[in-house]
Amino acid sequence: MTQPGSAYPLEKKEQRSETHTMSVLVDNEPGVLARVIGLFSGRGYNIESLTVSETEHEAHLSRITIVTSGPPMVIEQIQHQLERLVPVHSVIDLTVKGNAIERELALVKVAGTGEKRVEALRLAEAFRAKIIDTSLEHFVFEITGKQSKIEQFLALMQPLGLVEVSRTGLAAISRGPERM
Amino acid sequence: MSRAMTGAQMVLEALADQGVEHIFGYPGGAVLPIYDELFQQDRIKHILVRHEQGAVHAAEGYARSTGKVGCVLVTSGPGATNAVTGLTDALMDSVPIVCITGQVPTHLIGNDAFQECDTVGITRPCTKHNYLVKDVNALPRILHEAFYVARTGRPGPVVVDIPKDIQFQKGEYTGLSNSQHKSYNPRTKGDERAVQTAIEMMAKAKRPLFYTGGGVVNSGPEASRLLRELVRLTGFPITSTLMGLGAYPASDPQWLGMLGMHGTFEANNAMHDCDVMICIGARFDDRITGRIDAFSPGSKKIHVDIDRSSINKNVRVDLPIVGDCAHVLQQMIDAWNAKKPKVDKLALKSWWTEIDKWRARNCLHYRKRDDVIMPQYAIERLYALTRGHDVYITTEVGQHQMWAAQFFKFEEPNRWMTSGGLGTMGYGLPSAVGVQVAHPDSLVIDIAGEASVLMTMQEMSTAAQYDLPIKIFILNNEYMGMVRQWQELLHGGRYSHSYTAALPDFVKLAEAYQAVGIRAEKPSELDDAIREMIAVKRPVIFDCRVDKHANCFPMIPSGEAHNNMLMGDDVSEEDLEKAITEEGKVMV
Ligand SMILES: Cc1ncc(C[n+]2csc(CCOP(=O)(O)OP(=O)(O)O)c2C)c(N)n1
Ligand SMILES: [Mg+2]
Repeated sequence: MTQPGSAYPLEKKEQRSETHTMSVLVDNEPGVLARVIGLFSGRGYNIESLTVSETEHEAHLSRITIVTSGPPMVIEQIQHQLERLVPVHSVIDLTVKGNAIERELALVKVAGTGEKRVEALRLAEAFRAKIIDTSLEHFVFEITGKQSKIEQFLALMQPLGLVEVSRTGLAAISRGPERM
Repeated sequence: MSRAMTGAQMVLEALADQGVEHIFGYPGGAVLPIYDELFQQDRIKHILVRHEQGAVHAAEGYARSTGKVGCVLVTSGPGATNAVTGLTDALMDSVPIVCITGQVPTHLIGNDAFQECDTVGITRPCTKHNYLVKDVNALPRILHEAFYVARTGRPGPVVVDIPKDIQFQKGEYTGLSNSQHKSYNPRTKGDERAVQTAIEMMAKAKRPLFYTGGGVVNSGPEASRLLRELVRLTGFPITSTLMGLGAYPASDPQWLGMLGMHGTFEANNAMHDCDVMICIGARFDDRITGRIDAFSPGSKKIHVDIDRSSINKNVRVDLPIVGDCAHVLQQMIDAWNAKKPKVDKLALKSWWTEIDKWRARNCLHYRKRDDVIMPQYAIERLYALTRGHDVYITTEVGQHQMWAAQFFKFEEPNRWMTSGGLGTMGYGLPSAVGVQVAHPDSLVIDIAGEASVLMTMQEMSTAAQYDLPIKIFILNNEYMGMVRQWQELLHGGRYSHSYTAALPDFVKLAEAYQAVGIRAEKPSELDDAIREMIAVKRPVIFDCRVDKHANCFPMIPSGEAHNNMLMGDDVSEEDLEKAITEEGKVMV
């Protein structure tokens, strides 16, 4: 007999992994976030970032933005698994749609004095970060932008006295006049 | 039109409006108001089970044999947790169930109150949807929506968790409404262009094959009728999964038998060699595909399914069609008739010749014996002697289940109730209870294993209470036969804890349950014993002593392709040892 493959896919096939951003429009009802998160953990999907907030108060609709990664077949599964949840109205894969606008907000606390403090301030200006709290020993910056920009900013702040960070996770929306 | 009433009354009212006649349940503190309402009416008949798992399985049997939604009523805490196995079973096999659970009063939720558990949290992954009711005025809508969700699209179990204070509160009851659900509206009609493409692919096929599943049965009797029409129209061969048995008549010459791990040689080889595969209402489950990278390598695959997420999950297909089986089958028939395609008659003829060669291999052959009853023989006789009766079959899980699937022939849908996806030992007996409740005058038989049936044996007491003449036909090999078979193949015959010593005397056990016990030990006794079982109009436990060492063949060993089957009549000791390679051993 030949060498077995697997009745259960045992062999971890090295598959190209992609990162996708999805927008999910859901009824804002109790448990809906647990359903979405439970789906991801139960089926072993990745969540790299997840944000949720009510976006249409009258209609009780919330919008969940999920950044996930996986091989193409899994990404397709994720979309269809989300679509069949009862309180889900629609799901779009913004990465497939292409060219979506993606933003994140971070609050960044940096402590230090002297040279480092001056350098932190100079870099913050270059990144168009706002100072929203300060003392003689610290700054709290507010920065918005693509995730890559925030990553870059944090990397630069690291040696300058980065204390802690709070990030919102990604919000995303498609370009053009249509709604999802 | 709305009327003021209590939450508990609303439950009964909504059940009645939904046309519910029977509900399977078990009382407790958190559902007493509903039980009190049950007591004061006679529209809905309550069947008192002996364990909440049994209630759900009974409702599953009821649902699968009738096409209706099965209903369950259980209390909070342990009542709800006991129901979890049944709910998971119903989710895996797409059975429409509405399960009402009691909950501690709203103000106590989260306080670790007596018999409190997080029912919606626990059942979220094992239901299609669930609800915690927090407002009595929302209860009617939620109840009606629960039925809608359970039966619409790909069916499944729905839990409605009702706190006790809500059951007492008064509110406005509103009846059924025809308004569309705001977010859940699965598509039923297939894309017309995709249907046209499918017909073109089918018309050009040289080695086509229909591969069908439980979706056809779930879609309703019309889907089975249309499947027959399409299969006959095309002249193509057809196989089906365990869940789809009966949708196409087993006596028909185009039928190749079941496919998969214990499917027939002809069905699996046809799957492997076909050039166009038409999958209708099946989901390319791992017991079907075997080794995925060697699965039907040369075929173009068409997949019809109401659940978009079943498509391209395990196997990439060439043409997805999202829709309800009955709708899409009708569209395919119409498209075929409109087009009247010229099929490649010559190619089809040689395809059938090849299939006939595989058939001639006679893969279900086994050695008959005079001294002991072979389990296969027992099912063959059971099948032969129940011809002419209105028969429904349920099963437990194990070798007996596979032999039942191989040797009992089904001509109609909804006649075969088995736990496929979850493989729940203990499914068959309570399921038979549910089937018999729905079909009081039919012959309902649970083809059982002695180990499985002990998991829910207490439901015999339910059968006795409601005069349900179910027949528990146990293929008693004293082993967890399926486990023993794997240990023989994979673990050097070290039968670790797969033998049940000190089994009960099933005949006496039957008597203890006010049922009839029958035993057969020799092939010569078998026919008379089966006839006696059929003739008795009471519940029966039939202890059929069978060969303890028989194995279930054919078999695709773990990690092998469809065209690499182990056959019953040619396995030597040595073959068995070699059959499953080291890597395959890890795979279950
Ligand atoms: C609840 C549950 N526990 C364990 C298993 C694993 N299992 C599958 S088949 C089987 C043995 C079944 O034995 P029996 O009912 O006697 O049937 P046989 O195979 O002997 O026909 C076991 C333990 C299961 N399927 N379900
Ligand atoms: Mg056994």
